[in-house]
Amino acid sequence: MSLIYPKESLSAYPKHLSPEYRSTVKRSPSKPLIIVPHTLSELTGPAFGHDAIQENDNDLTKQHKGEPLGERIIVHGQVLDEDKRPVPETLVEIWQANACGRYVHNVDQHPAPLDPNFTGAGRTLTDKNGYYKFITVKPGAYPWGNHPNAWRPNHIHFSVFGQSFLTRLVTQMYFPGDYLFPFDPIFNSVTDEKARARMISSFDLENTIPDWALCFRWNIVLRGREATPLDTDKH
Amino acid sequence: MSEITPSQTVGPFFAYGLAPNGRCHWDPNGSYSWKETVGDNLITPDATGQKIRIEGRITDGDGKPINDAMIEIWQADGQGRYAHARGEKPGPNAKFTGFGRSATDKDGVFSFDTVKPGPVPGPGGKPQAPHIVVCIFSRGMLRQIYTRLYFSDEAANAADPILALVPADRRGSLIAHKQAGGSPAVYRFDIRVQGESETVFFDI
Ligand SMILES: [Fe+3]
Repeated sequence: MSLIYPKESLSAYPKHLSPEYRSTVKRSPSKPLIIVPHTLSELTGPAFGHDAIQENDNDLTKQHKGEPLGERIIVHGQVLDEDKRPVPETLVEIWQANACGRYVHNVDQHPAPLDPNFTGAGRTLTDKNGYYKFITVKPGAYPWGNHPNAWRPNHIHFSVFGQSFLTRLVTQMYFPGDYLFPFDPIFNSVTDEKARARMISSFDLENTIPDWALCFRWNIVLRGREATPLDTDKH
Repeated sequence: MSEITPSQTVGPFFAYGLAPNGRCHWDPNGSYSWKETVGDNLITPDATGQKIRIEGRITDGDGKPINDAMIEIWQADGQGRYAHARGEKPGPNAKFTGFGRSATDKDGVFSFDTVKPGPVPGPGGKPQAPHIVVCIFSRGMLRQIYTRLYFSDEAANAADPILALVPADRRGSLIAHKQAGGSPAVYRFDIRVQGESETVFFDI
């Protein structure tokens, strides 16, 4: 049975135009989006070479000669659909700043040190239970030019696929109790408090490894419900 | 009430994670290498069909190039078959995924090397004209925007059920124009995110 993708599911999403986040002003469509039915083109995809994923691609602390500096952490959880069914074998990609709040991207001019032992990119496939796991270091907060004294809360960028081109999700995972939350227009572009809370991981003491790494748990819920049986399915 | 995880912007620094070998020169010194999962060349050794190149530029509401966007495409193969993740696709093209990703360069330019897709089934069994589904991410976009790419040399466009839902005076923004000469054929597809000649985006 194929899934259905109700549009109401997207009600918690930020609006395209959220002026507090300045870059949205010139980068949001100004004409109404055109509603179209979901065809085979939207309901399929995306396929990719699973061979591209290698063991250890999910361990960002092992990509260079030495260990990166910073607070070593484990980030794990499940990718689920709206009916809480696991999404197996789906691609999860992450990228993040280093422990000092600096990205290796050459556009990032924040005067914080780069770490020769940290790139900050990782990826993995979920297992048959939709479970994923990364080992990394906690990214630092960093300044940005949106408004005077603007700082982003600590976050890891996530890119997730799911079972169709409609379930595609790019989002950010935050850390519990961040004092920068009230001041961040990207975090607050999600106006519903409960929906915002779904972007925040929880501290996971049970899976924290003694003398080695703190653990954070974060489940990701994608579009997709059990399809309503057609009348012709009833006997 | 849905419990889905809200979308957030891809931000300006995704390239080294998502498109490390693409057009965006995020690492001019080449000291932080990283392999690519999805790239802008979709052509596999077993791909059948007409090889084409898609080129375009994405601009904002001021007409300025968006130099930190990521364009993803999803398409059927030359015979109109999707390589759906859950379906086994028999015969030729087994390695062709139909999925591509291109980060833009400093001029807002993206490109894909692929094959022209065949027609695929549409609503009510009516065929859809050959097309590619396009998904756009960038700094300043808190959620992705979807559009479609159709081909200027396809008579089937006139009967396409999705194009028919678009006001006639805006359909042109969905047509990639075949350029003179060029082998493989080059189709030009510019994306205007906002403004007078704004590209048609879909609410799906
Ligand atoms: Fe960031």
